[in-house]
Amino acid sequence: MIRFEAVGLRYPGGGPHRGAWGPEALSDITFALPRGSFTWLLGASGAGKSSVLRLMHLALRPTRGEVEVLGLRVARAPRAALPPVRRRIGVVFQDFRLLPYLSVFDNVALPLRLAGRAEASLRADVAEMLRWVGLEAKAQSSPLELSGGEQQRIAIARAVIHRPELLVADEPTGNLDTRQARRLLALLREMNRLGTTVVVASHDEELVARFPAPSLFLHEGRLHDPDNARGLDGWAEDDELA
Amino acid sequence: MARRARYSRDPLGLRRALAGWLLPGLVAAMALLAALAVAGAQGAAALADRWQRGAAAAVTVQLPEAEAAQIERALGVLRGLPEVAEARAMDPARLAELLRPWLGGSAGLPLPAVIEIRLRDARADPVLVGDRLAASVPGAVVEAHGLWVQRLAALARSLQALSWVILVLVAGVAAAVVAVATRAGLAARRDAVEVLHGLGAQDSYIAGRFARRLGLLAAGGALLGTLAALPALALLAGLAAPWIADEQAGAVAAWGMLPWPALAAVPPLAFLVGWATAQATVRRWLRRLP
Repeated sequence: MIRFEAVGLRYPGGGPHRGAWGPEALSDITFALPRGSFTWLLGASGAGKSSVLRLMHLALRPTRGEVEVLGLRVARAPRAALPPVRRRIGVVFQDFRLLPYLSVFDNVALPLRLAGRAEASLRADVAEMLRWVGLEAKAQSSPLELSGGEQQRIAIARAVIHRPELLVADEPTGNLDTRQARRLLALLREMNRLGTTVVVASHDEELVARFPAPSLFLHEGRLHDPDNARGLDGWAEDDELA
Repeated sequence: MARRARYSRDPLGLRRALAGWLLPGLVAAMALLAALAVAGAQGAAALADRWQRGAAAAVTVQLPEAEAAQIERALGVLRGLPEVAEARAMDPARLAELLRPWLGGSAGLPLPAVIEIRLRDARADPVLVGDRLAASVPGAVVEAHGLWVQRLAALARSLQALSWVILVLVAGVAAAVVAVATRAGLAARRDAVEVLHGLGAQDSYIAGRFARRLGLLAAGGALLGTLAALPALALLAGLAAPWIADEQAGAVAAWGMLPWPALAAVPPLAFLVGWATAQATVRRWLRRLP
């Protein structure tokens, strides 16, 4: 499903010379997440959580090592091979990234339209999805008219409308109050229960304690991994339970 | 439903990001120049053709006595000169026929012999040719009536070439303007482009949206510019009419003389320039994303 193998990542720039590369933001990251798993990605801010997530949803390529997502080996794949895989991934950003000049309905419908679904068949799906996140009444509103929590639910709806195989969320509860954060997590667990592999980056320890799951812990760009060679806390218990 | 239709054509909100009259206005100004250049090229070509035909025999030589020996000698001298491309004695019967309206049919009247020559280079001085011919054939007179016409034709040809150069320049500037507008649109919609890219949109999809919008803006501007050029072109065609067409050609015929197919091609060509430039600009910009 997702496999990181000795992954190193540098961002360009930073140095005095054009084209120079900055220091390694990630080094020697190795882990594998099985299909249908729910995984927390933990660590202080600046530890590299967002970088790992961006590698997962193909917004970055590793500078070293190999990343395999949904069967695609990202490091050396031709550029044209990435978009079809991106369409099988849902992403929720902390800052939502909704398109302000499109209605709520059109924002949620975006992944289906990019996949070439006919207008007639996507209408019902989008309406159903808006009902699921409780915003069917706001379908024709602009995202700018919604509260932060409502915008976040729209972002979730857009991320899962096309039933992605992988759902990646970067600090999805950062802008939400506790009640909304729990509701959001319940939605993500529900998606996971329906078969989607889910990875959530968070630094909200209270929330993580409330929804226990295997976790990857990042510290200064490395996987902090005292006892598990795969970097996966808690999977052994899961296997035993299963 | 209106909302739906609007979306499917404009998921990037380019109608608002690439709005205003600056780009169509600039393209309109360039289309006006292009229309003038096209018409100029076509008009210059017509003038050049007509004048070239009139200048078939650019220079004639008259010999006072039409004796065969003298004609032969003159032809020999002329053909030996480096400036002369061709020298041909005019048939005395044809000459008599040409002069009959003025001289009547009397066969006894002595006519001069006439030799038509074509110069290799219209810029050569026919006086020098005449001087050298007169040295061996006394009394020979060189008449360069067609030469100025030939020079005018050469001028028209160079004007025509200049018009094509202007056309190419205009197309280049139009492409540059579209490229700048495309970059402005990319800057304005950077977030949207990145979101669509992240959702798995192909480069061709994003570039296609920009290309369609900019192509249409360019075509609209070009249409306005071409229409604005029409009155000026009709005026110019009216002025040139006596030179090209027959005497009865007037203001009415001037509209018919405009190069309509070429003018009609200006907006579609502007669409193509806008479309292709936007495609190239956006695709190059997208290469920075993984």
